[in-house]
Amino acid sequence: MSDDLFRYVLRLADDHLVLGQRLGEWCGQAPSLEEDLALANIGLDCLGQARALYTYAGKVEGKGRDEDALAFLRPEREYCNALLVEQANRDFAWAIARQFYFSAFMLPFWRAMAKSGDDDLRAIAAKAEKEVAYHLRHSAEWVIRLGDGTEESRRRMIEALEELFIYTGELFEMDDVALAMVSEGVGVDASDLLDEWRRTVDGVLAEAHLEAPDAAYAQTGGRAGRHTEHLGHLLSELQYMQRAYPGLEW
Amino acid sequence: MGVVVAGALNPSNVRSRRAWDVAAAVPDPEIPVVTLADLGILRGVECNDDGAVIARVTPTYSGCPATRLIEQMVLEALKRDGFENVRVESVMSPAWTTDWITAEGREKLRAFGIAPPVKSSNSIRALFGETAVNCPLCDSGDTERISEFGSTPCKALYRCRTCLEPFDYFKCL
Repeated sequence: MSDDLFRYVLRLADDHLVLGQRLGEWCGQAPSLEEDLALANIGLDCLGQARALYTYAGKVEGKGRDEDALAFLRPEREYCNALLVEQANRDFAWAIARQFYFSAFMLPFWRAMAKSGDDDLRAIAAKAEKEVAYHLRHSAEWVIRLGDGTEESRRRMIEALEELFIYTGELFEMDDVALAMVSEGVGVDASDLLDEWRRTVDGVLAEAHLEAPDAAYAQTGGRAGRHTEHLGHLLSELQYMQRAYPGLEW
Repeated sequence: MGVVVAGALNPSNVRSRRAWDVAAAVPDPEIPVVTLADLGILRGVECNDDGAVIARVTPTYSGCPATRLIEQMVLEALKRDGFENVRVESVMSPAWTTDWITAEGREKLRAFGIAPPVKSSNSIRALFGETAVNCPLCDSGDTERISEFGSTPCKALYRCRTCLEPFDYFKCL
């Protein structure tokens, strides 16, 4: 039970750290000052959620690893985030599509988790749910604005939505760890959230006058540590300081 | 909220009340016109019989960078006031909500030019539900949102169409 719980919490933590890092890359680079603030703020929420989750994961594991040890000292293959969140920031539409797909999933996920039998996860979820409602609204508004905007913005929005779509299936995957957590009354059955996610996505895309993408298959593997080429580069930047100067503090 | 019990003759109750007052008066580092008590983020102050003081605070947003600073400020304020064995704990549950901002806190925010949160936070937000926010300067209801995210995690950026001034809105959470 405690090993499954550790891995379950760690996945969630990795999702949020990696996405927070991707959002942080926009700092000083976003298309407008307001968006710079927005993406950094969303990234900060993800980072805060990740910190609480890592701290809890470390406690569950019971080997003395704290949030920093889990974030900075694990290699790529030990990261178990979903592939979606590690995808690179090709352009602004790309960042928006990634956020939109993910937030549309996390909102019902945290809502369900807020009823978990696990006190720590319930507390983290109750807070995160309210934050994610803003993330979803922000990204959905941009999907509509770009999708129903100029020819160029529309082209880019469609491309991002289509190319990232194959990574969304993994969010709903239920493996042994997730199933064990559901049977313990701790975890969320992600496969139950697919309908709501699809309704959210289809509704927003309809408003943007875009067709909902479909994928013949889902690209998965992140939960087992098999990542796309993007994660290694992200981690090399994220972990550089602790790798180069172990134990450095300031 | 503090452990303030009737029959304050008990010295630990007097100390508790004093410790609560000291911690409650600490200003928010990012919006210094309001105190921690105004914002509802000071959840309790206890004095144990052995003299230890435990102050409990709750973060506003998961990633709010001010959280650590606030804990530090509470610690220092209590020590400055002569309390020695002081500990500050962070409590996650129940999650903070803008409903806990006191009436006085809301008025202070408005006077400072920040529109206070308008509605109760617990309703499940409609995806595009617009909130009607009144301008804190001229009280006009004709305002528009410029950005969902403002200068701190807890604020959004608005503009008044009547007096044309931009202003911060303290988001519902």
